[in-house]
Amino acid sequence: MIGSKISKTHYYLPGKTISNEELEQLFPEWDSAKIEDKVGIRKRHIAAKNESALDMGIKVSQRIITDEDKSSINFVIFCTQSPEYFLPSGACILQHQLGLRNDIGALDINLGCSGYVYGLSLADGLIKAGHASKVLLVTSETYSKHIHPQDKSNLTIFGDAATATIIEKSEKEMIHKFVLGTDGSGFNKLIVKKGAFNVNNEDKIYESSEFSDECLYMNGPDIFSFTMDTVPKLVTDCLDKNKFTIDDIDKFIFHQANKYILNYLRKKIKIPEEKFYINLYDTGNTVSSTLPIALKQCLDDGIIKKESKVMLVGFGVGLSWAATIVEI
Amino acid sequence: MDNFINKFIEVLEIEDHEVNPEDKYRDYEEWDSLAFLSLQALINDEYEITIPRSEFDNVQTIKELYSLIESKLK
Repeated sequence: MIGSKISKTHYYLPGKTISNEELEQLFPEWDSAKIEDKVGIRKRHIAAKNESALDMGIKVSQRIITDEDKSSINFVIFCTQSPEYFLPSGACILQHQLGLRNDIGALDINLGCSGYVYGLSLADGLIKAGHASKVLLVTSETYSKHIHPQDKSNLTIFGDAATATIIEKSEKEMIHKFVLGTDGSGFNKLIVKKGAFNVNNEDKIYESSEFSDECLYMNGPDIFSFTMDTVPKLVTDCLDKNKFTIDDIDKFIFHQANKYILNYLRKKIKIPEEKFYINLYDTGNTVSSTLPIALKQCLDDGIIKKESKVMLVGFGVGLSWAATIVEI
Repeated sequence: MDNFINKFIEVLEIEDHEVNPEDKYRDYEEWDSLAFLSLQALINDEYEITIPRSEFDNVQTIKELYSLIESKLK
């Protein structure tokens, strides 16, 4: 049986940070203690003006790939919604900048909070189909560049980060089955409307934004409704598909959206507190990078040990959702 | 309705003022985006429904909100 496994993962956080206290200075009506307590964020990292998502993707990849990896990686998947160019794909530039071989595949995927799990599903599929044996999956996002300077809600929640993960062929199936989902009817709930090639600018298909249409817009309440309606079933479906129960899973890692939403979902799904990971204190919501960052933190802190079963659950912009179970 | 108002007071952590059905709840000093999330969570727990924000936007008072919830349950 050919399977795949996550062999290593790492993350990169840009140097500049914004603390809750700094946000409170900018927006006096904001309560920094309440943000830490309820949203679960103390600070978020912000990419420098001259640092792009691709730059961060290159940096984090260089942290994990060895000379041996350079000659054996045979597929690159780059997940971002902050592309370097309309064309070409960032993954092609990554291949060159990292000094990888030419006889390999490389492509971008445009997904947000579900992107890491989708990236894993592609890597797993490519390996099982025999198209690749070692895949570099990079997630990198600079939502800070999309957010309006007066948009205090989104400034509070989102942080920039990049991650790199190596997925390789394995004798044992260490990445289990996936459950994937999409509901494009909610495309306008989390969106950057302007800047690309849409010509159908009828106001009726968009929700009104307090800020500029060039900036990130999020309908927070409707995104929360979507998670309440979707995530519990996603978790149950993923357990059922893999013939596991909550008891079989050592750790549940959900997309780190915010602490309030995570706690709500945990209680609703009845996951024991000790099995549920929440840590976005020093990073904020880093979109497609929250899951690999949490995975790396759990590995570094010994929270996940060898042969631990971990459920990874992503959900957000699209609307798009995905879950799987991995063994480390 | 009384039960709903009691839960409403609890999730919004209202401690120092009265809450009446005719109140425009968005005027409360406790009202913010997190209070909104808490209210949505309450409605989901108690009535197993979610309500689109556009429909929330159409109601002003707690009484109207409760009527909106009731209309979803029929």
